[in-house]
Amino acid sequence: MTAMQLLSTIVKILIMVGFVLNLAAILTWADRRQSSMIQDRIGPNRAVIKIFGREFRLAGLLHPAADGLKFFTKEDFMPLRADRLLFMLAPIMAMGMVFTLVGTIPFGDTICPRLFHLHFVAHWPLIEGPSAQRWGTCSPDVKNGLYPIELIAAPLGVGILYVFAMSGQGIIAAAIAGWSSDNKFSLLGALRAASQMVSYEVTLGMSLIGAMMIYGTVRLDEMVRWQDNHAWGIFVQPLAFFLFFAAAVAENKRIPFDLPEAESELVSGYFTEYAGMKFGMFYFAEYAEVVTGSMLLVTIFLGGWTLPFFHRDGLTIELGGLRLLQVPVSHVWMTLLGVLAFFGKVIVVCWMQVFVRWTLPRFRYDQLMKLGWRVLLPASLANILVTGVVWLALDKSGPAVSDALKVAGDVTQAIVAVVLAYLIGSLVVGFFAPIKHLRTLLGSSAEESVKRGGTKSEPMQA
Amino acid sequence: MDNQTFPKKPPAKTNATAVAYAARDFETRSYLPEIFRGVGVSMKHFFDNTREMMRGSRPDPVLDRFDPGITTISYPEQKRPYPERFRGIHRLTTRADASVRCVACLCCSTACPAQCIYIEAGEYPEGDKRRGYERYPVKFVVDELRCIFCGYCVEACPCDAIRMDTGMHAVPYDSRDQHIYDRDLLLSIPGRDGTYETKNPRHEPGDPTHPGISR
Repeated sequence: MTAMQLLSTIVKILIMVGFVLNLAAILTWADRRQSSMIQDRIGPNRAVIKIFGREFRLAGLLHPAADGLKFFTKEDFMPLRADRLLFMLAPIMAMGMVFTLVGTIPFGDTICPRLFHLHFVAHWPLIEGPSAQRWGTCSPDVKNGLYPIELIAAPLGVGILYVFAMSGQGIIAAAIAGWSSDNKFSLLGALRAASQMVSYEVTLGMSLIGAMMIYGTVRLDEMVRWQDNHAWGIFVQPLAFFLFFAAAVAENKRIPFDLPEAESELVSGYFTEYAGMKFGMFYFAEYAEVVTGSMLLVTIFLGGWTLPFFHRDGLTIELGGLRLLQVPVSHVWMTLLGVLAFFGKVIVVCWMQVFVRWTLPRFRYDQLMKLGWRVLLPASLANILVTGVVWLALDKSGPAVSDALKVAGDVTQAIVAVVLAYLIGSLVVGFFAPIKHLRTLLGSSAEESVKRGGTKSEPMQA
Repeated sequence: MDNQTFPKKPPAKTNATAVAYAARDFETRSYLPEIFRGVGVSMKHFFDNTREMMRGSRPDPVLDRFDPGITTISYPEQKRPYPERFRGIHRLTTRADASVRCVACLCCSTACPAQCIYIEAGEYPEGDKRRGYERYPVKFVVDELRCIFCGYCVEACPCDAIRMDTGMHAVPYDSRDQHIYDRDLLLSIPGRDGTYETKNPRHEPGDPTHPGISR
């Protein structure tokens, strides 16, 4: 391993872990602020930082920081008869597993340092540069020690299997947390967590088998490349997408599947006895799991780092064999675009998960188990069967069918592009649409308010 | 006695109708349509409210109180204006020369059901026009913690000297003695219109309109 590879690995780990950490912190804020917007409230906006006499509230974004500070200053309480070692170990395991899990998730296309070198040396002012080949691989420049850099922290051959192995360890953390705290509520929560996570882990894996059959690989970056060249996974495996989404939410133990920490029944579930930063680690691990679940969803079903019609060599709009437009884009910009696209998609999926959390009521425990074993699991098995049959049929059919599939794949890319453009356009238009207020003057309070020029006596921040 | 059976009472007639169970068809049992509908409702609220917060145009909590959207009053920054006749913290009105209008007749402290008003009456000094005609309060103390804001003191006052038109509610303090409002503090609070006097004219001894000391 050359020094450059070592350095790039460290940078990759920093990017990935940093992203998960920061997005998890922001998600705690988003959860609170977004829920307040959904429920017609204002939400947390009181945390203030004073810089040069000016107050900044940043729409409540300082609350996660304030929470973190508070966690560190809390008493580090431990029940008298708790198992000291396991009690300490559980939050570490909960948090550690989430961060080891992101190792095999690719966040961008393979970098060709040779092209980067060319771009920065030869092509000032850096707007244009050499673009990579779409199909060819990057040839290493042995003389200068420039090897291709895969944007995966740990490019393992087992890929997604490693992810499943690691995400399964979360069960152990929950179980030993509940067992070691010497509390009946904790133990009940731990049992619930363990049985729920084991149940949904099965669906989580089974729902992906169809996708693996089609992609023909377990490596996540190969999966993204397949989607880049054909169609996004959500179009190829729509049922598996929903199954995986439901199972991922259940794995994260979030509403509507938050039975392990059902506040109305179990105080706070398996981390009832945890205080201070130990509780903070469980809390944080939960949000980090949301991020990693979203990353998996994006990688397997939403095209990972790819954008519709943007390929490794630039923008290519084509329909089957018909090429409508081709614009080569520099390799540097395509890499940057890919990384941004991946992280942007992850943020959007996390944002969607917050909506699910604040819309659906909690399941009852038997409903949860019935849903897992009697609905989701059979559905995922049926998905495998149907995928296998259809895949075999298409494989045996002639070139006409494969041409039609190619056109259909390009059409899905067009659909994604059009829907995306429509959504962004309607967001912008909707933002500037005029607002009409009803103005119902009712009671002497309202009349007094009109006399005094409204209720807005002082400007509100955020 | 052992084998005695009681006649079964027929069930009472009711107007109740059985509530239909949720339809057990595929659409209902697959959850999905309702989930999408629910998320749609959440999204509508989210986008509407976020837009109004970002544009700073959310509905006025009092004037647009029936609007959809965030109608929260952010209390210390925003306050709900009280109705015109709201009975708030007391104040003592003044005469044209800024002296206290109260004549220390003790009507208010007598009328007070909570006995929260304490007045010590004093005579005007020798030579003052008002001496012998009226007195003045040396001490005028209102215990705002005991006050029940019934307004009887205002009703009882013959001189329009005590009023509750400040528009201020009772304020929470750190200690109890801060709730004891003395004469100077009561004099320093203006009415809602910002004035210390009242519109009710006052006829001082010596004025041509004064009815005279021996009426």
